[in-house]
Order: sequence, then C-alpha cells, then structure tokens
Amino acid sequence: MTRFDVVVVGAGPAGSAAALTAAQAGASVLLLERGPFPGAKNVHGGVIYGRVLDDLVPRWWEQAPIQRWVTRRSLMMATGAQALSVDYRNGAWAEPPYNGAIAYRSEFDSWLAGVAERAGARLVCSTTATALLRGPDGSVRGVRTDREGGEVEAGVVIACDGANSLLAREAGLRPSGSAEDFALGAKEVLALPRDEIDRRFGLTGREGAAMEVLGCTADVPASAFLHTALDTVSVGVLVPAADLARSRIRPEELIAEVKAHPAIAPYLRGAELKEYAAHLVPDGSRAVLPRLAGPGILVCGDAAGLVLTAGPWLEGVNFAIGSGIAAGEAAAAAVRAGDTGAAALAGYRSRLESSFVLGDLHRFRDVPHLMRSERMRRYPRLACDAAERLLTVDNPRPKPGVTTVLREVAAAHGARMRDLARDGWQLLRSFG
Amino acid sequence: MTMSMLDRLRRRRIRRSARREAGARPERDAGGRGDAPLRPGRGSADPAAGRRPEWSEYAFGDRMATVEFRVQDEPHIVVDTAACQACPGQPCVTACPADLFTPTADGGIVFNHEQCFECGLCRLVCEGAGGDAITWSYPRGGHGVVLRWS
Repeated sequence: MTRFDVVVVGAGPAGSAAALTAAQAGASVLLLERGPFPGAKNVHGGVIYGRVLDDLVPRWWEQAPIQRWVTRRSLMMATGAQALSVDYRNGAWAEPPYNGAIAYRSEFDSWLAGVAERAGARLVCSTTATALLRGPDGSVRGVRTDREGGEVEAGVVIACDGANSLLAREAGLRPSGSAEDFALGAKEVLALPRDEIDRRFGLTGREGAAMEVLGCTADVPASAFLHTALDTVSVGVLVPAADLARSRIRPEELIAEVKAHPAIAPYLRGAELKEYAAHLVPDGSRAVLPRLAGPGILVCGDAAGLVLTAGPWLEGVNFAIGSGIAAGEAAAAAVRAGDTGAAALAGYRSRLESSFVLGDLHRFRDVPHLMRSERMRRYPRLACDAAERLLTVDNPRPKPGVTTVLREVAAAHGARMRDLARDGWQLLRSFG
Repeated sequence: MTMSMLDRLRRRRIRRSARREAGARPERDAGGRGDAPLRPGRGSADPAAGRRPEWSEYAFGDRMATVEFRVQDEPHIVVDTAACQACPGQPCVTACPADLFTPTADGGIVFNHEQCFECGLCRLVCEGAGGDAITWSYPRGGHGVVLRWS
C-alpha cells in the first residue's frame, strides 16, 4: 500500500493550504481531489480575502488568477420597491497588499493546488475518498479511494472535503448535520461586456464591486450578493436551508426576485446567463464542529464549519486557508514527532483559537442567529421607510423632526423607541 | 417503474417548469453545456404589476444547460420512494436547486441524479422533515458537476 505522511482530502483552499504547509515543512503529501480539476465542485460568493496567504505565498497577488480587486463595498437594505445603501469606496484597495479579490474558483483553486504541487505535494484529481482506514485502536490510518487498489496509508488524514464532509462524519467528529446549521448558496454568473460593467458599477481598470443586500426577498430571510468579475457579474442568494424548505419557494425564484429589484435590475440589464450553480454553506457558529481533531485526523474549512456569515461579512475562503495552514503545521509536527494521536494533534485547535479563524467565529457567534431573527429582519424595511419619510418633501407641510419620524416609523412596524434602543445595543454587543 | 413512465414524468416536469416561467424559450437539450450564454427573451410581464422581471426568466432546462455534468450511469443518490409516500411536505421537491425531485401520481418521488450539483441540501431537508429516504454520496472521481465560472 502506498504511504504518505499526510493525505489531504479535497483540493479546495483548505486542502491546498494544508498540503502546501505540510510539504514546506518536509512531509510527504498526497492531495486528493474528486473533481477533474481543483475548483470544479466549488462555489463561493465571489470575494477572497487573501492576506492570510502573505506568509505562505509571498507576493501571491502577482501570480494568483484574480479578476478584479474590490474597491467598492456596499451594503444595501431593501424592501420590494426601496433601497438604502451604505456605499464605501477605497481606491487604495486596488494596490498591494489589496483587500478583497474577485476570482473564479475553478481558476483560483487550481492555482493554489499548483503552488502546493510545486512545493512537493502530489496532486491526484478525479479521485473520491470513499472511506477512512482504521488501525486496530480505531485511529485513522489512511483513506480508501474509488481507484482500483486505491487504499492509501497516512500518518495524518486532513479532511477538507467540504460542507457535507462525509469523512468527518465517518470519523465521528461531526453529527449528521441539521438543516438549521446550513444555508444554501445559489448563484448565477451573468456575462456583460467589461466596459459595460465598469460603467454601470463606476469602476476603472481592475477595480471591482462587492454588494450585499438585506431584505429584498419578501418571504424568506435570504441575503443577496452581487460581485463583478472582469466580464461577468455574479448574483446570488444565501438562504438558511430550513427557511428555504419551509417557504416552499424555489432557489432560482429567489435569485429572480433579487435580479428584478429596481435598485439591482439596472446593473444586470441585458446580461446573459453563463452558469447557474448551488452549494451548501455552513451557516455561522452553530455549524462549527465541537471537535476538530481525532486520532490521525484533522478537519478544516467548510468541512469543519469554519465560515463567517455575520451581517456584512461573508467569508469562507480565508477561513479555509487559515485552518488549512494550521492543520498542515500540526500534521507535519505530529509526523515529525512520531505521534499522531488525538493529544498530539490537539495543537491544531489551539492554533485556530489564537488566530482569526476561531477568534472571529467566537466573537461574532451570536450574529448569524440574531440577523435572522424576526426582530432584526424588520430593520431593512424600517430603515427604508424612515429614509422615505425624511427625504420626501411634502410642502406646504413642514418637515417632521428626526425623532418624530423614527417614532412614527417604528410604530408602523410594531416597535417602540425603547425596542430600537434595545436592539441597537444588542446588535452593537454581538458585533463586539 | 418503467423507463417510459420515467420519460413521461420527466416531460411533464419540463412542461410544468416551462409554464411556470412566462415567455419560456423552447427547451434545449439539457444533457450538455450550451455553446453560447443565454440571452433572456423579452418578458411579457405586465408593467402595471410593478415588481416583475423586466425580462422573462430562463426556462429551467436552459438554466441547467449552462452547467457541465459528466454523468455517471449509476446514481450517487438513491431515494426510497416508498418512504416518500409517507412524507407530508416533501420539501425536497421545491428546495432542490436543480429541481431533480418530481412527485408521482401515487404520492412517491422520482429522482433524477444526472444534473445534481452535489450540494447535499436534499438530505438535510429530508432529515429535517423527519424522513430517512435519501442515501447520499458523491459520484465517482471525475464525474458529476463541473463548474467553471463560480
């Protein structure tokens, strides 16, 4: 049987970062990918925050296949007919070290896996890991694949096999998973000429826009997003799986509702559908595995539920890379020390706790639930109605004061001023 | 269930989804990736209705034809249609982003694995409804969905 120090399952950002880190530390590494190429099975909102790569791949921005750099970030609160936006622009984000990068996962994931390969990891695509191999003491000793004679022995298996992680489930690290812990991301990639995208979104060169939209789907607490690549715009929704099932609305109907919104439709007029895609997303801190390591196995990225879905922040790729780096370090150290037991691998969790990965997820742990609550979901509508009252000039009537407007609008939405204050305080607290 | 019944059901579903989307374009072969991106047809939406798409949405088959699937013969997901007959809500029918679950006249479900995104939502909503009808796994390596722009 073939043997590697470290076998990484899944060549997404978590897997490639783990493979690269372990290979750089001198371990022999096999990186398995079930798609025909890395990224073939992957979907994301559109933005990658790449600073986590600074140490691992110096000057990564010079070689990574990036479409545009985010220089415009907006948060839109919407009702059926209104929209109120916070629109932030920063031209400095179009220069190193950059902030957000817009990329296609087929290109980005293939690139990062290539970096791992050049560091010595062996990448094998079109291969599904179907089961874990166990030692007599129950510890994980490798994986079985769907290739003929495809059993591979490993010092440590790093499961980076995505939101459904069958391996983490088999290892007993993850419960079967409940609809309450996941969201469905469904998106369309729409083609538009590059100069048309520049004109509509107010961009030049490689500048890009990333927009989040709250409240524009009437019956479901979905958030929507809009991101510009060079000559495509991706538009999609993130909707809690349980709410989607209850609503009996189809995912593509939610996307259609977003695209038809009067504040969004002008951006997309005449665009042509290039690809439709859907993927499961671990939905906030509730989905984080209580145990991230077992004897001979570590779990990273989506497989471990390490995704931040907190209001304006929707981040997964950076959390995947961050956890992959920590897992690669922990695995290589354990292999070097000749002990890959659960205690020896426990350093993985402490590495994550002292980094942004579990730091951010812990800090914002209450946000995903809070943002979806009935109480908070009324705020996009409330904000839009308040803006309408303040900005409508109905002379000869004199203007109402701001406090009057707030009180009236709150009352119209079944709230009192003290509810607003209480919710504001809670929101502030949950955002740390 | 015979193939001809499956085909009839599939055709019925295609007609249903075509009706659902006003101004639907003719169905194209949903088995492969389209050569060119889709251009939405001009909508027949009533402007008086206010918030309607300015263009008609795509027929579902056209939408799925933008995605490449390297189909394997044997299904990677198996649905126990007898168990589905006891399921009151059948949430998989509307939740599946690829619209692969079709109710049958006898109250069961017919599932077609060929255009599956491998997202796993069906398993979650089935278990969420108290069901256990879905045996879920990934296709063999190199098979299934291949995404390029997502």
